[in-house]
Amino acid sequence: MGDIKKVATRESYGHALEELGAVNSNIVVLDADLKESTRTCYFAKQFPERFYDCGIAEGNMMGIAAGLAAAGKIPFASTFAMFAAGRAYEQVRNSIGYPHLNVKIGATHAGITVGEDGASHQCNEDMALMRTIPGMVVLNPSDDIEARAAVKAAAEYVGPVYMRFGRYAVPVFNDPDMKFEIGKGSVVKEGKDVTIVATGICVASALDAAEALKGEGIDAEVINICTIKPIDEEILIASAQKTGKVVTAEEHSIIGGLGGAVAEVLSEKCPVKMCRIGIEDRFGESGTAGQLVEKYGLDGKGIAAKVRAFVKA
Amino acid sequence: MDNLALKKIANEVRKGVVTAVYSAQAGHPGGSLSATDIDTFLFFEEMNVDPAKPDDPDRDRFVLSKGHTAPALYSVMAQKGYLPVEELKTFRHLGARLQGHPSMQYLPGLDMSSGSLGQGISAACGMALAAKIDKKDYRVYTLLGDGELEEGQVWEAAMFAGAKKLDNLVVIVDNNNLQIDGNIEDVNNPKPIDKKFEAFNFHVICIDGHDFDQIRAAFAEARNTKGMPTAIIAATTKGKGVSYMENNAGWHGKAPNDEQYATAMEDLDAIGAALEA
Repeated sequence: MGDIKKVATRESYGHALEELGAVNSNIVVLDADLKESTRTCYFAKQFPERFYDCGIAEGNMMGIAAGLAAAGKIPFASTFAMFAAGRAYEQVRNSIGYPHLNVKIGATHAGITVGEDGASHQCNEDMALMRTIPGMVVLNPSDDIEARAAVKAAAEYVGPVYMRFGRYAVPVFNDPDMKFEIGKGSVVKEGKDVTIVATGICVASALDAAEALKGEGIDAEVINICTIKPIDEEILIASAQKTGKVVTAEEHSIIGGLGGAVAEVLSEKCPVKMCRIGIEDRFGESGTAGQLVEKYGLDGKGIAAKVRAFVKA
Repeated sequence: MDNLALKKIANEVRKGVVTAVYSAQAGHPGGSLSATDIDTFLFFEEMNVDPAKPDDPDRDRFVLSKGHTAPALYSVMAQKGYLPVEELKTFRHLGARLQGHPSMQYLPGLDMSSGSLGQGISAACGMALAAKIDKKDYRVYTLLGDGELEEGQVWEAAMFAGAKKLDNLVVIVDNNNLQIDGNIEDVNNPKPIDKKFEAFNFHVICIDGHDFDQIRAAFAEARNTKGMPTAIIAATTKGKGVSYMENNAGWHGKAPNDEQYATAMEDLDAIGAALEA
């Protein structure tokens, strides 16, 4: 996917908010001193009367969002994934999740593609954390098109939603007219030998991997799971029944994220051999996003290598 | 409503607190009894609320940031007509609307779920901000414990309220000087409380939290304060009204046995009789 247009999904988040702000006056955007980075600055510029910078105090920002939602607003609380899901976990659980308030959490700079800032800012645990909160929807879009659609779907949905975005520009490959529905995965490439269930930036990598494997006689099916919770059980089971081998690929710990969610479904409803690709129970490190994606095996080459070994094992 | 009428209601609220905690054989009587007079004034005098319209978008809001003192909130709500007084006996029971800490999913009339200390004040700030955005006149009240001030989030929220000039927000601190592990000054001294809120750009009023004249005057002053939020630091007695619970940290989170319950109700009956005399 060398020549394809690339956009960071945080950019999509910022633009989607700007568009939503124009059509829904109930939307209020909060940030925690990162508006240039999270791209909420676009909304802030257009709608300054509905943008509030809470400063470097993420726990309080989640509470502010809860109060706004309790009073009928649709707040989008925005910061890095590390602070949204990590630092403010308990505020999200108790002030947003438990009362099931209509708060949207826009978490940017997720995963290792934060890059040079290093492990302190590379949150590879957020989907696991957010997924355990009862009633929380967790979205991890794969490109600009899906990210914009996900933000709009989140705004329409009534209830708490955690949205995960990246700092690193990634290929735009989805159909511009794609229908996005919370809770629905999609088969982006059909195949019969092995299923690669991917999420976020790993969907494009999985498609690259499938292309490479095709030349070796391995016909991989690629499924895009944007909604980590509630996960599309049907699409997973149908593909597992067809191929009998399932690989998951995510820019997240292999513990508790997509790999965990898929294993939970398949182990109970359609047990098949599985292989989880992701960050293997370790912290990240400094480097460019591209270098890290390669080192941690999340590019097409890395995924293809794991799938090849798995299929032949 | 005159002070005598408020005192009578407060005494009934206290009986409800003791009865709820006794029925549950669990819960937090000490801080409920210290906050009772403030809660009573809020629901019967200060706030524009109607139990028949718990979802009125223009109502004033109350967030019990010190959520463990739910017995006082439930009891004052029962006196106001949100729930039958008899229901207080279901407090903390399986299937009850009266959860151990307030849950808005269970009981209409609760403006926020709370219980994890430090979080209610943030939600109250969010509600006050919503009123500003919507150009509505409703006011937001939140009650904090003094031990709760040890939570860093309280000061994140206070900084926000001061910075955003939320003059429709009133923070009340139930300053009974005791927390689970003992005297607040011995555990992790949050004092001086008044100077801290002043430093966070609040208008600060210090009162006796059991004196209805002072409570009334403080809320009136808060109403007339523009451009900044108000903090009312209310000096109170933990366990107020029940002789053996007063100023005793041991009664922070403990239920009375049969004999202690009888004594508590006798104490409150005596107070009630004196108010009738």
